[in-house]
Amino acid sequence: MKTKTIILLNLLLGLFTLKANSQTPTTFTFPALPYSYDALEQFIDKTTMEFHYDKHFRTYYNNFIKAADANNLNGKSMEEIFTNVSKYPIQVRNFGGGYFNHAMFWEVMSPNGGGMPEGKLLQAIIESFSSYENFVKEFEKAATTLFGSGWAWLAVDDSGKLFIAQLPNQDNPLMDIAPKHGVPILALDVWEHAYYLRYQNKRADYVTNFWKVINWVKVAENYKKTLK
Amino acid sequence: MKHELPKLPYELDALAPVISKQTLEIHYGKHHQAYVNNLNNLIVGTKFENANLETIIQESDGGIFNNAAQIWNHTFYFNTFSPKPQVEPSGKLAEMIIKDFGSLSEFKEKFNKAAATLFGSGWAWLAMDSNGHLDIKQESNAGNPLKNNLKPLITCDVWEHAYYIDYQNRRPDYIQTFWNVLDWKVVEGRL
Repeated sequence: MKTKTIILLNLLLGLFTLKANSQTPTTFTFPALPYSYDALEQFIDKTTMEFHYDKHFRTYYNNFIKAADANNLNGKSMEEIFTNVSKYPIQVRNFGGGYFNHAMFWEVMSPNGGGMPEGKLLQAIIESFSSYENFVKEFEKAATTLFGSGWAWLAVDDSGKLFIAQLPNQDNPLMDIAPKHGVPILALDVWEHAYYLRYQNKRADYVTNFWKVINWVKVAENYKKTLK
Repeated sequence: MKHELPKLPYELDALAPVISKQTLEIHYGKHHQAYVNNLNNLIVGTKFENANLETIIQESDGGIFNNAAQIWNHTFYFNTFSPKPQVEPSGKLAEMIIKDFGSLSEFKEKFNKAAATLFGSGWAWLAMDSNGHLDIKQESNAGNPLKNNLKPLITCDVWEHAYYIDYQNRRPDYIQTFWNVLDWKVVEGRL
């Protein structure tokens, strides 16, 4: 009799959990690439884009979804998660970073990109780096000298000033483990998988070509959001 | 002391298809060479100017450590391979592996897992402590067990440049086939 009650209770509990899970909204979507795989040929080849988006990015996303489920992160924003990332298991930092960073990377590039930033963003760049040319130089230096896997970032610090960061693996400036906190507005992936098929050991050439496809309109939008 | 790029103990195409000629041309000819050039430039005027690689690895950090350790790691890695390898450990090493891991296949499984799960760039190692105990280590970027007074026996480079041309995102396939060109005779000689 007692065993039967326990079984029944477990069954009810199981049903309840199942229901609760199925009702939880999935907040983390897998974004579509905003252009075709071969659209950025000036910078990166179709094969690399296919592997990068469809294999690496998808794996980060899938692994992050698992980590998000395991740590009850559904419903939270990425910003909220990253602010406390050191309190979660390492998978949240690595896969959450891999998901967020790549999603930003795809967006800050465009087949119609290139050129110069304008308006308030250009003003802010000049204020922080003395000139656009000097910003380019410092950003390229951060991207080419990063040892191992990681990303170069342009971010807005807590006082509204722009800064460049060089962070390892899938870390980003929103994370509480970052040496300097900021809201990222531009990301460049310098993991070898991002460029190896086309550039091999010549990372500097990859970094130089990035400017041909940079989507300054999107970067300016990202910057504008931080001003509110 | 000027550091030199050591010669490879086989032809560039000798490890194909496990490691292709193109990968070796770039991995050995470009990456390994660049670490040698960088170190030679960085040590000028420092206390490491006349030091050997092991001393630099033990005592330096930052760019000097990174380049010195990467020279050492790559030489050690390339020297482990042979087109005609001894395919299994024998003698004392075989006994040690069984004692510390249960069997050769259990050891490989554990080593493969360490190599596959290392996040970012780095190296998987089999290393021995001063009591003759074997252990598997994951080291990121230029990390090397010598720094912790361990004796390295095997290493697998899991920087993406080591396998991306041949295996792209399939790092586990690279690790699986890595054993096909690993010469256990060389490993036994390191004990």
